[in-house]
Amino acid sequence: MAEYDDDDFNYSDSGSEVEMDDGMSEDDGIAMEAEDQNGMSEQKDSSLDCIIMTSEQLEKEMKETISEVGNILHVPLGTCRILLHKYKWNMESLMERFYEHPDTMAFLRAAHVVPKNAVTAPTSSTADCDICCNLAELSGLACNHRACTACWRRYLQTKITVDNTSEIECIMNGCELLIEDEKVMSYVVEEPVRASYKRLMINSYVETNRLLRWCPGVDCGRAAKVSHCEPRLVVCTCKSRFCFACGNEWHEPVNCRLLRLWLKKCSDDSETSNWINANTKECPKCLVTIEKDGGCNHMTCKNVACRAEFCWMCLGPWEPHGSSWYSCNRFDDSAAKTARDAQEVSRAALQRYLFYYNRYMGHQHSLRLENKLYATVKAKMEQMQQMAMSWIEVQFLRKAVDVLSECRRTLMYTYAFAYYLQKDNNSIIFEENQKDLEMETEKLSGFLEHELESENLVTLKQKVQDKYRYVEHRRGILLKHCQEGTERDQWRYAE
Amino acid sequence: MTTPSRRRLMRDFKKLQEDPPAGVSGAPTQDNILTWEAIIFGPQETPFEDGTFKLSLEFTEEYPNKPPTVKFISRMFHPNVYADGSICLDILQNRWSPTYDVAAILTSIQSLLDEPNPNSPANSLAAQLYQENRREYEKRVYQIVEQSWMNFGENEGDMEPKEGEEQGAGDEPAAPSGSN
Repeated sequence: MAEYDDDDFNYSDSGSEVEMDDGMSEDDGIAMEAEDQNGMSEQKDSSLDCIIMTSEQLEKEMKETISEVGNILHVPLGTCRILLHKYKWNMESLMERFYEHPDTMAFLRAAHVVPKNAVTAPTSSTADCDICCNLAELSGLACNHRACTACWRRYLQTKITVDNTSEIECIMNGCELLIEDEKVMSYVVEEPVRASYKRLMINSYVETNRLLRWCPGVDCGRAAKVSHCEPRLVVCTCKSRFCFACGNEWHEPVNCRLLRLWLKKCSDDSETSNWINANTKECPKCLVTIEKDGGCNHMTCKNVACRAEFCWMCLGPWEPHGSSWYSCNRFDDSAAKTARDAQEVSRAALQRYLFYYNRYMGHQHSLRLENKLYATVKAKMEQMQQMAMSWIEVQFLRKAVDVLSECRRTLMYTYAFAYYLQKDNNSIIFEENQKDLEMETEKLSGFLEHELESENLVTLKQKVQDKYRYVEHRRGILLKHCQEGTERDQWRYAE
Repeated sequence: MTTPSRRRLMRDFKKLQEDPPAGVSGAPTQDNILTWEAIIFGPQETPFEDGTFKLSLEFTEEYPNKPPTVKFISRMFHPNVYADGSICLDILQNRWSPTYDVAAILTSIQSLLDEPNPNSPANSLAAQLYQENRREYEKRVYQIVEQSWMNFGENEGDMEPKEGEEQGAGDEPAAPSGSN
């Protein structure tokens, strides 16, 4: 069992503090730099084919794709964006279909970029507008469904600002012809609406493109671009860390599907379950959940189909209790015992869920408090710099808090993972890893809480560094074990 | 005062009178062109046959850029009509186009009667019966067809709803609260 190596424990004992004393601090700075570089190169490896893009870059890239396709297919650029949108911005699949199709016009008609049935063009351009009934100059698309400029403008503005769509159909009901961007822009003159339309275009570009995802960071507005769509860590310029496949915070070791189930379960059930667990019992006959809000222990089930009479204390049938209204001394009664056993089974599932939920929430809560710790540590770092330590030498404290936060996040998601895990040998190893990481994380946390005031800075530094390195090592082991399990398909989930 | 929406509603009204579609009629109320009342006859050879259903249409100054709010005043039993008479119909929501007019709205609702969309139920009982027990569904529909004649006797033959009738309809919900 390589995952559980006793040698790991030597970390905290390695080298006595005396030995490390003087020249240590300089060495250490270098050691830390090297370590950081390692960390960074690792991150680069994982983000090798991941680019963070601003909305200007996205717009540029979108336009480049459009003109590239336009040059190849020889269709107008406005039509290109609509076609690409239809094929989820997958250029290859669009071109394949385009050339495969025996009839180009039929292909374009099916994509709603060429009218299905155009009306014959009227002779005069000035007539009564069908929408506002004013005599005005009318215009329209290739389908010749016409309206006055004011009506077109109002229609497009509603579509853009109310319906929030950048794929707009012709004004005529039933005509599915899509309007080209140039045409939209020629009618819409108000700058805010034009800006909204541009935003909607870029948004539709990102949302439909399988290789792009918006960063979920608040007001970030950047998107990540990858070369294949798969669950992977993305670190945005705004420091958000998220999963490319599902857009949630990076959630290793639990996978996207189970995370979604877990989050849904938590938002649906957690408070309700807590309350049910604390305040109710189930009717021993029909298993309906009952809250006792007063009165004696002689219960009559309100369920019309059941009407069972039972004792709230022992859950046995009421009959043998006779007229004695309270003193239930029938604990060993067999009927009551079976009822309690049945209840235990149904409660056990609830208890199990609450066990994982409470730990998941516990780590999430601690993670939020870690932000406060950053402030404390910052003050301490400044203080240490005044006491003859260099800037580079005090960075270890920040690094320790970074590691702590990472461990908390990982631990948090291990509980979602563990909830769905079936018990087997692998799950036992996992739980051991989890237990160890949790214990050591708590120690590191305690360290940063309480021992920052210790006088001997060199000792403090040594201790903190030993601790965070060990904890990080344990985290690596846990994640590696989970990853290997996924690769070998050896996790058995119970949903 | 004439605004684009009012001008357009006048044209819709004129068109409805000059070229009336079969089985529907409608007119603005006397004092407000933005509020209309309409009648839809149940289409023939459907469970709704012979029903005379009253509706109200509330337009805003944004018409025809935004659809009106349309409700059944008569009681209705239909998978896509809510208990308060509101109608779940795509062209009155996301498929609205400014080229629809009152005649188009009324004929669309008329054809919805016999072509419900049980996938977006507004009345779950009606949707369930429509799919699982057509006989019972038709029985319930017949009940509301009979009810639709109730407040209609005095106005029979008169297509345009009168004020008195609106009052009559308004009284109905007031009755139960009085008994409290």
